[in-house]
Amino acid sequence: MQTAAKARSGLIAFAAASRHFGDVVAVDQVTLEIAAGSFVALVGASGSGKSTLLKMVNALEAPSSGAVFLGGEDVAQLPPAQLRRGIGYVFQSIGLFPHMTLAENIAIGPRLSGDRLKGERVAELLELVELDPGMASRMPDELSGGQRQRVGVARALANDPQVLLMDEPFGALDPITRDALGERVRALHSRLGLTTIMVTHDMAEALLLADRVLVMDAGQIVADETPAALLAGKGGEIAQGLVAVPREQAERLASMEREGSAS
Amino acid sequence: MNGFWAALTSLGPQLSAHVLLSASAIALGIVVALPLAVWASRSPPVARVALGLASLVQTVPALALLALFFPILLSLRVIFGEGLPTLGFLPALLALALYALLPILRNAVTAQANLDPGVLEAADGVGMTKWQKLRLVEAPLSAPFIMAGIRTASVWTIGAATLATTIGQPSLGDPIFAGLQTQNWALVLAGCVASAGLALIADNLLGMIEKGLATRRAKLSLAGLAIVAVGIGAALFAQFGGGERDRVLIGAKGFSEQYVLARLIGQRLEANGFQVEYRDGLGSAVAHSAIASSDIDLLVDYTGTIWTNQMKRQDNPPRDQMLAEIAEWERQTSGTLVLGRMGFENAYAFAMREDRAEQLGIEDLTDLARVAPQLTVGGDPEFFERPEWIAVRDAYGLQFAEQRNFAPTFMYNALQSGETDVISAYTSDGRIAADRLRVLDDPRGAFPNYDAVLLVSPESASDAALIAALEPLIDSIDVTAMREANFAVDREKDKLTPDEAARLLADRVGL
Repeated sequence: MQTAAKARSGLIAFAAASRHFGDVVAVDQVTLEIAAGSFVALVGASGSGKSTLLKMVNALEAPSSGAVFLGGEDVAQLPPAQLRRGIGYVFQSIGLFPHMTLAENIAIGPRLSGDRLKGERVAELLELVELDPGMASRMPDELSGGQRQRVGVARALANDPQVLLMDEPFGALDPITRDALGERVRALHSRLGLTTIMVTHDMAEALLLADRVLVMDAGQIVADETPAALLAGKGGEIAQGLVAVPREQAERLASMEREGSAS
Repeated sequence: MNGFWAALTSLGPQLSAHVLLSASAIALGIVVALPLAVWASRSPPVARVALGLASLVQTVPALALLALFFPILLSLRVIFGEGLPTLGFLPALLALALYALLPILRNAVTAQANLDPGVLEAADGVGMTKWQKLRLVEAPLSAPFIMAGIRTASVWTIGAATLATTIGQPSLGDPIFAGLQTQNWALVLAGCVASAGLALIADNLLGMIEKGLATRRAKLSLAGLAIVAVGIGAALFAQFGGGERDRVLIGAKGFSEQYVLARLIGQRLEANGFQVEYRDGLGSAVAHSAIASSDIDLLVDYTGTIWTNQMKRQDNPPRDQMLAEIAEWERQTSGTLVLGRMGFENAYAFAMREDRAEQLGIEDLTDLARVAPQLTVGGDPEFFERPEWIAVRDAYGLQFAEQRNFAPTFMYNALQSGETDVISAYTSDGRIAADRLRVLDDPRGAFPNYDAVLLVSPESASDAALIAALEPLIDSIDVTAMREANFAVDREKDKLTPDEAARLLADRVGL
């Protein structure tokens, strides 16, 4: 009961959760609460442990010590397949099933629990991610990378999840697609009342989409701020190092623009 | 060409037996390989061990693998009882299935290892159980590769199944081995064409299924599968549709005389209302074990062979005493009945070309020993492993410059062409007279007596009707008649089939 009480205030809670791979400590004693309805970005360099932390929520990674709670329940106590069917999961390599049509890909979650997804619902999900519902019978290899990830998002939303986990979801996409899809996901987050955690190494993306940014380094959370606070210089040295990159790019672009118009 | 077409169109029973044997072996291979592949894909040590063992099996020649199952099954009788067959379908099935394992297993394991890790992560991420992941993702994505493995296995198995003839399982190897022994090339060609044709058809049908799986056209796969099923169904009907009857199984070792005698016995039994079937081309040791274990019902064997090979005796008593001791030994060890002598002897003896023997001044084995270090000796594949050879070699101190193995029919050609100077001939062989060969005397009596005797299996020994039908064969065939019949099959021109030669022999001796 004590653990449940500890987890109650946030929908997702980490209680001194660690993950070791042999001698390597990927996640080091993280304690954290994420409130229902929030859009959290997990930012950090490669190897900082952000993906591992994310995957502990849907039990793709099990904590070596400590625990992770979802809605007050220890995820380690739930059957993994059941747990994952209630959580949307989107990741960089997309992983559409190449032998299934888009409709079959989208309907896979409900199918696993014995439900058949109706054609209208598939069309609705395709429209949610701004794809033509007429594409439902196509195979994944007929699609562009951006279209494929849109299907990936639609598949993640098919089971009406409360929680959406995204592991560098837009990492492999071109900048224009990436921007558009980011905006779309943010809109869906608000419209469907999701709790979203997004792992990214791109601080600009985190600042633009999230309402809370967690910065990870060597398995620990070294900053936990709103985008506004980070832009105002809070969060410490590592966080500010990450914020500096897009800021300097923006400033250089602005000055080029000024020089251009001055000449 | 006529002989070829006649041989090809008479292969129905062998074809259906071949189809059923190959299909069963591949099916068993699949049933074992697929779960093993799933296990191997989850455990690298299992993958290493399973692939290692399957590769090891591949390095064993198919013929040896088939032969090895005879002693293995024989020793398993301790557990499964005397009813366990040691020859025929079961050992052939097991050996071929083992052979089919590697390509299926290897392709399945490779396919699993090459699955896109992103797709596997997605399968976990959407909440598949292990079984759902296997059924919905891993199996369908691996299927085309596994099918390619099954295709390879099928072509191998259909080819290797021709060797099942040697362990008493009817197959398309029957005409190949029979043709090879009697130099009937039309028969060999018919067997090869039939088995190669079958392999090609299977390859194409399975290729169709594979293509259907790879391009996700279920209709194509199902059509291929349906044709395969119809083929196997037709073979099943051909094999068992006629209803089961009790047949007398007549064994024959792999040389002409044995084929002829088996037909002679078979024709006689058929005239007496029995149904017969032949198990041709058995190895010498396999043939004797087969009769002792009642896997075959009748066999013509030779006293000297049983005496030295099965009884491991080295002394050389007079022929009546030897026969009496053999009959007693057979009765006690297995209950096999020695019905009696056929009437002629087919002894091992060394033979040379007349001119060569004259030139070297060789009359008997003592003379031969003197010049042996300059000569090449040829024998059938068994000869140099047999105790008779050891006995003769040691009795005369024979030391040849070179020792070569030939199929019995080719030994005489090798002697004529000078590839070998002296051969281990058989005294009932028609080619000794036809080729004017000199048979070397054995003054020290090192070769035992080789009277042909008719053996009846323990299970058939009490069948009075069968025994009565066989009695007239005893002491009916003299060596001249046997030589003529053998030569009729072995000669190059106006060659007779063993069946025709057996009728000729029956007429000649007045049966």
